[in-house]
Amino acid sequence: MNRRMVLYRVGQIMCLEAVLILLPLLVSLIYKEFFCTAAFGISAAGAAVIGTVLIFVFKDKDNVMFAKEGFTIVSLAWVLLSVIGALPFVISGEIPNFADAFFETASGFTTTGASILQDVEAMSRSMLFWRSFTHWIGGMGILVLVMAIIPTDSGRSIHIMRAEMAGPVIGKLVPKIKDTAKILYYIYFALTILEVVFLLLGGMPVFDSVIHALGTAGTGGYGIKADSIGGYSPYLQWVIAIFMVIFAVNFNLYYILLLKKFGVVLKNLELWVFLGIVMVSTVIISIDIFPIYENAGDSVRNSFFQVTSIMSTTGYSTADFNLWPSLSRSILFVLMFLGGCAGSTAGGLKISRVIILVKSAWNDIKQQLHPRSVTSVKIDGKAIDNNTTRRVNIYFFVYMVLILVVFLLISFESFGLETNLTAAVSCVNNVGPGLGAVGPAGNYSGYSDFSTVVLALSMILGRLEIFPFLLALNPHNWVNKNK
Amino acid sequence: MKVIVVGCGKIGSTIISSLVDEGHNVVAVDTDPQVIDNLTNIYDIMGVCGSGTDCDTLKDAGVENTDLIVAVTTLDELNMLCCFIARKMGAMHTIARIRKPEYNMNNIGFLRQQLDLSMSINPEHLAAEEIYNILRLPYATKIETFSQRNFEIVEIILREGSPMINSRLMDIRSKFNQNFLVCLVQRGENVYIPDGNFVLQSGDKIGLTASLGEMQKLMRSLGVETKQAKKVMLLGGSRIAYYLSHMLSYAGSSVKLIEKDEEKADSLSKTVSAKTVVINGDGAQQELLLEEGLSNTDAFVSLTGMDEENILISIFASVSKVPKVVAKINRRELIGMAEKLGLDSIISPRKIAADVIVRYARALENSKGSNVEALYKVMDDKAEVLEFKVSGDFSGINIPIKDLHIKKNIIIGGIIRNRKAIIPSGFDKIEAGDRVIVVAAGGRLNDLSDILQ
Repeated sequence: MNRRMVLYRVGQIMCLEAVLILLPLLVSLIYKEFFCTAAFGISAAGAAVIGTVLIFVFKDKDNVMFAKEGFTIVSLAWVLLSVIGALPFVISGEIPNFADAFFETASGFTTTGASILQDVEAMSRSMLFWRSFTHWIGGMGILVLVMAIIPTDSGRSIHIMRAEMAGPVIGKLVPKIKDTAKILYYIYFALTILEVVFLLLGGMPVFDSVIHALGTAGTGGYGIKADSIGGYSPYLQWVIAIFMVIFAVNFNLYYILLLKKFGVVLKNLELWVFLGIVMVSTVIISIDIFPIYENAGDSVRNSFFQVTSIMSTTGYSTADFNLWPSLSRSILFVLMFLGGCAGSTAGGLKISRVIILVKSAWNDIKQQLHPRSVTSVKIDGKAIDNNTTRRVNIYFFVYMVLILVVFLLISFESFGLETNLTAAVSCVNNVGPGLGAVGPAGNYSGYSDFSTVVLALSMILGRLEIFPFLLALNPHNWVNKNK
Repeated sequence: MKVIVVGCGKIGSTIISSLVDEGHNVVAVDTDPQVIDNLTNIYDIMGVCGSGTDCDTLKDAGVENTDLIVAVTTLDELNMLCCFIARKMGAMHTIARIRKPEYNMNNIGFLRQQLDLSMSINPEHLAAEEIYNILRLPYATKIETFSQRNFEIVEIILREGSPMINSRLMDIRSKFNQNFLVCLVQRGENVYIPDGNFVLQSGDKIGLTASLGEMQKLMRSLGVETKQAKKVMLLGGSRIAYYLSHMLSYAGSSVKLIEKDEEKADSLSKTVSAKTVVINGDGAQQELLLEEGLSNTDAFVSLTGMDEENILISIFASVSKVPKVVAKINRRELIGMAEKLGLDSIISPRKIAADVIVRYARALENSKGSNVEALYKVMDDKAEVLEFKVSGDFSGINIPIKDLHIKKNIIIGGIIRNRKAIIPSGFDKIEAGDRVIVVAAGGRLNDLSDILQ
């Protein structure tokens, strides 16, 4: 493996993080939180120094990249990002424990939104901004951002994009990867601004609007209130719920919409399945929770908000669904697995994978009935090649194994089955809240440092869809015969 | 510029590679998902899986707003249909690979017009032309012709004892008292644009320009063999061999064509000209080659479908003292190796085709200024030779060349005025309507004004 190039690229990302930290630094200046300014300044300087050293030491003409380099860069970058991103919290003393700060930052970058904070409202504003800003960066992917702004001449960067973008098949919108990355970020940025505008129109303060727009855009879920979104007006809740749906839809579709190819969008199976599941779940839960609210408007709104929040893996809440009936809680638990559409900022298994899994299972049943039949999985009228189907099946298996391993690793904690299981599921799928002690009203602060780190790493694994990380850790990858 | 390449076989992938190097937005279309997968992993392009004659596939590839579509699948008919559909759907320019002799010999003009093709390419015919040029001037390892053969750049390798080595270029020019220009020197891995103080060494590969009549004289005074190849042996009855045998026999050479496959040899014997002798046998057998008179042929051309076979047999021919040996090698990585083994004249149909497409794309990009009329990548692609048609708004017209501020590593190799080539000295001027040959090492020229600082 080309280790020099991997470290060089990681250096680039560190430098970019240093630049990105300047934004919360600016916020701390605006709100005159000078102890935070110092914390951000030190962290940014640290990242810049590490990055520059890496860039200068490992600058190399040889920039040939294969899949393994791409995967290693992405995995390494994400872990380092979280470690450096945790520094401001530790230095400022707002989250003194490093394991907790690492959890908080990893949860931010992976757009999980799970928090160890017991009192969010006591945090300084610039720290809250940094927390939510990590959502925005992590949502579309920091390496995609690197590709959009730093010129590279290697066509092989597609491996990086593939490792960082979520979904079974990653295609480009336009021939050049740089242009594709730019288009994605333009759309991302424009939609975020749009949400801020809608929130401002509803009378939400500027700071709150920006925080919630960042949290929704990355489908993260960090809020600034103890009751998440529950304290805001119904209009604002609707706006956030609808934007959660928007950010859980494949971004390619927005580009196609911009090209005015409406037919293609309308025929997109994944979109309809996604919206269908949202609708059906909303209706069932609304009926189920009607006795609690005794008001159709409230129960539909709360049901829709919770469904979209869990399904888009955002994790905002307007009600403590821990207190809902068992049927509603079970549905929400199942939705945690599904996640949003491929190519969105949402986590989870992704709807397109679910479709492929269901169709290939159905094909296999047909095959058993008609042993000689030849079948193929089709989506949007196009056959999915068998390799992709096979990979999706394997991914599903590895994904389940990951959830079980995480669940077992944290099972010594004294929270009971429900809390531990939903914590594992919620972290791997980047949702945020689970049930029981980690429900929307609770938090992860009760977990020991060991479990905190395990859960933080499981979020990164889940965000990168497991394989890049496993490949990067594979010892074969690090044996280097040439250099 | 947006370019769609349909068919990603040997030629297609070479074209894609060249176009990506040029910075174009490339979309690759092929029916084989594996091929698309590989290409998108290597190059920064978009891949679409499907047939080039399928409207939906073309739509996915974005044919409506594409500047150029290049159809280079193995089937001529498919290429033509694909270009036809694409043109109707809105592609600005279309290029189809058409290589069957029956299309090319008689009605290519008709087809091009009716299908509204911008260009048709026949890589085998282009390769045959290039080989023919080399055989015409066997002392050269390669020849690039410009402006309907009014101007040539000849590549030769300097051997020990050549009168050109070990003295400064300006001294050589006065010594021979002839009008010529050394415009490129390749020494090892490096390519230089030499100035008057440059000293040539043995083993250098140089690019020479001289006006047509002068070239033969110059070569004679350099003491190199200038006889045209009269007896030529071709190995492998490919399409290139077919075209080449026609060209050679038309020019009066006698051709021996060796083909392994009996049926193919039989059908060739019916189509080639009367002066060509077709022999059915395996060229890999040395006795056969010797029996057919390898040792007293003027030139040997190896054109089998296998690169490795071509290399080995060509080396055998060189060892057997055949004065001129040409080998067809398609794989880029093998070309370098073959050169190291001592084969100097190497032909790659793929590369020739890719050069043609790149030239076309570059000319499209600047249809306003001084057009790129021809483009050759020479010396392992490290340098480019371009022909520009000078338009009236070029800022350097009517100024003596020595007063133009020309960039480093660029030289004006020739000016063609009224179909007559001028080897320029510092006092010559470029006029509107001229064609100018520019040699550039490193960097990329789009327009004639790019040569000025």
